[in-house]
Amino acid sequence: MEPLIKFTNIKEKSVLPGFGITVGFTILYLSLMVLIPISMLFIKTSALTWPQFWEVISAPRVVASYRLSFGASLLGALINAVFGFLVAWVLVRYPFPGKKIIDVLVDLPFALPTAVAGIALTTTYASNGVLGRFLEPLGIKAVFSPLGVVIALTFIGLPFVVRTLQPVLQDLDPEIEEAAACLGANRFKTFFQVILPAVFPALMTGFALAFARALGEYGSVIFISGNMPMRTEITPLLMITKLEQYDYTGATAIAVVMLVVSFSLLLTINLLQWWSHEDQPN
Amino acid sequence: MSTPIITEKKWLRILLTSISLLFMSLFLLVPLGTIFYAALQKGLLLYVTSLIEPDALAAIRLTLLTATIAVPINLIFGVCAAWAIAKFNFIGKQLLITLIDLPFTVSPVISGLIFVLLFGAQGFLGPWLIQHNIKILFAVPGIVLATIFITFPYVARELIPLMQAQGNDQEEAALTLGANGWQTFFHITLPNIRWGLLYGVILLNARAMGEFGAVSVVSGHIRGLTNTIPLHVEILYNEYNFVAAFAMASILALLALFTLVAKTVVEWKL
Repeated sequence: MEPLIKFTNIKEKSVLPGFGITVGFTILYLSLMVLIPISMLFIKTSALTWPQFWEVISAPRVVASYRLSFGASLLGALINAVFGFLVAWVLVRYPFPGKKIIDVLVDLPFALPTAVAGIALTTTYASNGVLGRFLEPLGIKAVFSPLGVVIALTFIGLPFVVRTLQPVLQDLDPEIEEAAACLGANRFKTFFQVILPAVFPALMTGFALAFARALGEYGSVIFISGNMPMRTEITPLLMITKLEQYDYTGATAIAVVMLVVSFSLLLTINLLQWWSHEDQPN
Repeated sequence: MSTPIITEKKWLRILLTSISLLFMSLFLLVPLGTIFYAALQKGLLLYVTSLIEPDALAAIRLTLLTATIAVPINLIFGVCAAWAIAKFNFIGKQLLITLIDLPFTVSPVISGLIFVLLFGAQGFLGPWLIQHNIKILFAVPGIVLATIFITFPYVARELIPLMQAQGNDQEEAALTLGANGWQTFFHITLPNIRWGLLYGVILLNARAMGEFGAVSVVSGHIRGLTNTIPLHVEILYNEYNFVAAFAMASILALLALFTLVAKTVVEWKL
């Protein structure tokens, strides 16, 4: 950073050219492509009175969709917090054949289009599918059920947890573990009292990112969920249903609720990230 | 990587590695394999026939067209935004970064919905567009706009941390030695950020070609006209035409695998 900070109006002095044009173009393009379109949600919703708005967003079918979306996203993020932690741990700490390939494939849910993921998961977990046929005799219905939604949301959330934890685990100083061992702690105790607290902020960040992504997810869920109203209908799908019935106001009101939740999560994630940077022993 | 002196017992290491590989297999590897297995199940001939069928070709063309428009536009924007944000300090910078990230936090369905509200018949500009006989929604422009929105942050997001880490010293030196702004950018900045830029473009392109939710809302699903590859996959799948659906899906899966390999190579270069 610059040792001397001199402000000229809003910008620090710099010899580099192009500030005006680049920042101007950025703001113009951002406004046209993102801010104006998003503001439409609020303009459209403002046509409703509060009681009308409340009626739309608290209808039983809508509430059932929140329950599924939140519940399944939470469960998916929890599964990822446990197994994503394990995957990150194994990738950072243990050598094994094919490790590089597994490491690369962790990002597959980022790269694979959601519709493709959706049909692939559905076919895999259907009662005649490669994995579904083993679940069927156990009485587990993985497709067209809330469990299917959890499977899809676990799939798309995995990279968030692994990729947030990996660098933190990598930077963990082995000396603190050695110190714990010297002081008589066994591995189990060292893990829960030394390692876990150190990576906890990163784990929470990964969890929150996976949860936020899962809440809005559409493509990978709709094939596997079966889309039964009140039972396996996620909130994004309900918005589409309302749009197809030309109920634009209804769809928009629900979108505003989702948007507010996403922003709150984004804020939480930023606070968590700040917390994890604060905590890092440098 | 140095192996820590203190580690777990061998049986525990093997157990933990096995559990993670099992988890990865159940959720990633088996579904990925299923795509190619289901596509080639009935033989190579049917696979190829499904891909060269006219509606499939139309979908492939539309996807390529969409990416051809969305990628350069967002590339220019991304470089511009990264230059402004990484090279200068100004008030409101953090807010600008947060706003650029907005499309990542919004559900794809909402990303489509906002364009329906803007351009739909009941929408804000709808009546004016109808009067002037301009079709944006349920036509190609709507698909392109939704795709641009969804892929908006990719390049800027890759470049900002990279350019911030590189600092301004080289550019300042070039300017002192008499280079003008463009010369500085093309001879100093661009070579420095080329791998990061490529990385951003690869991710941007993959997302542009694979976007489903947002495009689904604005496309209108007209076969052969407004169907991109992911939308065509959905239609074929819902018609129980599984081989054709997975054949189309396999193109996107190959693109995803290519993206992962390219990403790995670029990360190694960075």
